[in-house]
Amino acid sequence: MSRDLLVARDIRVAFGGGRRLFAGPAPRVDALKGVSIRIARRETVGVVGESGSGKTTLGRVLLRLVEPDAGSVEFDGQDITRLSQAAMRPLRRRMQPIFQDPLACLNPRRTILSIATEPMLFHRVAASRAEADAKARAIFDRFSLPAACLGRYPHELSGGQRQRVGIARAALLQPDFLLADEIVSGLDVSTQAQALNLIAGLTRDLGLSMAFISHDLSVIRAICDRVYVLRLGEIVEEGPCDAVFAAPAHDYTRALIDSIPLPTVTPDWLRRTSAAEVTA
Amino acid sequence: MSKPVLAVHGLSAVSARDRAPILHDVKLIVNRGETRGLMGESGAGKSMIGKAILGVLPRPVRVTAGQIRFEGQDLLTMPGPSLRRLVGERIALIPQDPMTALNPGRRIEGQLTDGLRLWRGLDRNAARKIALKLMEEVHIRDPERVLASYPHELSGGMRQRVLIAAAFALEPKLIVADEPTTALDVTVQKQILRLVRAMQRAHGTAVLFITHDLGVIAQICDDVTLLFDGRVVEEGPTAEMFERPRHAYTQALLDACPRYDRPRAALRAVPAEVIARLRAEAASAP
Repeated sequence: MSRDLLVARDIRVAFGGGRRLFAGPAPRVDALKGVSIRIARRETVGVVGESGSGKTTLGRVLLRLVEPDAGSVEFDGQDITRLSQAAMRPLRRRMQPIFQDPLACLNPRRTILSIATEPMLFHRVAASRAEADAKARAIFDRFSLPAACLGRYPHELSGGQRQRVGIARAALLQPDFLLADEIVSGLDVSTQAQALNLIAGLTRDLGLSMAFISHDLSVIRAICDRVYVLRLGEIVEEGPCDAVFAAPAHDYTRALIDSIPLPTVTPDWLRRTSAAEVTA
Repeated sequence: MSKPVLAVHGLSAVSARDRAPILHDVKLIVNRGETRGLMGESGAGKSMIGKAILGVLPRPVRVTAGQIRFEGQDLLTMPGPSLRRLVGERIALIPQDPMTALNPGRRIEGQLTDGLRLWRGLDRNAARKIALKLMEEVHIRDPERVLASYPHELSGGMRQRVLIAAAFALEPKLIVADEPTTALDVTVQKQILRLVRAMQRAHGTAVLFITHDLGVIAQICDDVTLLFDGRVVEEGPTAEMFERPRHAYTQALLDACPRYDRPRAALRAVPAEVIARLRAEAASAP
């Protein structure tokens, strides 16, 4: 068994270029220009970048929600780049996404109980409805979600509760890999801390690997072992968080770090312009 | 010390539907030329205060007590036409979402010069001259092109620069900035914060800066007011409050912030006792 659970090699994705009805060809945008990343078993890897860096596209390629133009994705030793949808299905359970906006990814017409239990029955993680219910109740308890939530609809929950439902739904399928795309961006500081602690505890206890996509380096530092810094479709820096944050090698990483306002009054922070910021 | 630009006293508001309290006995002072941070988590009422100042509270919200004094005049009892003139001319807003704040069907020039033409009675050419100067102040490199553009042709950071220019166009005494950088990338956010600070210093404007981001407050605000459930929990000079918070809730919020300068460690979510204490304080208050 190899050390790495997920390996993506030289991923290239371009959008556009197709024909449009009344205009000429749509402009081509290179979203990813040859990106390689690897995620070890039990490792949480951060992918940080600003808007347009390609971080969300990269996450989607890892789950094969976007087909790359070139490159390969290997999951648990198996090349999944060319697998048919039918062949992907058993793997889908093992690679679960958690998205930024839980209101958009939870079916508004289903109760929370059904959202949490149906996938377990589909993927045969639970043998019966009763077993699925019991599992859902157990994890809701662990996530401090009141049992009354189970009978409600997504719009009836608070943002923090919805995000915890999104995490619970993914965790219930006993995945090996989680893709978390900006999952705490819309949350308040206190709910954000709670969600981050939950997911950190979950990956530790269940031995999960995770790709944690975020624009926020402070959040990345709080949860990730290693980090990839993505800029305009290319990885400009990678390494263990401790090393990258202590001594960023690339100007762009430096600029990103210098741009984060810390909750400590720093009189010259606003005036400080790093050379990196100018080039960034 | 001179009189404050804005003095909110005992402001209380309820929801007209179910009488649920929205603001309770809020006191808030913004002094001339200072930046006052207004922070709190979602639902704390920070945007409601901003809306009350601008006279644009949503219909179901009713003010039940208090005053909002701007340069001594109470905005709450001011007749509509005078209030509308004051807000726009002397009080300006920098909104959160530059896409929804700008009219998608009009070019930037018209939107930027509306106030100048309406309140200052300037003709098109005179207003245009001021607009070009403002574009320069907010570091827009090709002002001619931007003035001729529609909002969708500009990036988010560029649109926010345009709105900052628009806010300062009439030299207001007070600017309400409601989460003006929340939608932006961090590198752009820093540029915009720097710009707001520079403009505020150059024009001597007072700014009420509404945000949930403690980092932004720490770097840009002179003083800060923290809200919870429509009540002021703590207020004071930013440096003092961030270094020696008096209230457990302030400390808990600071502890809950992830920081890139601290190695990986469990974050402390706001403890339930702290929230219970806040609710108890609210219940025992008159």
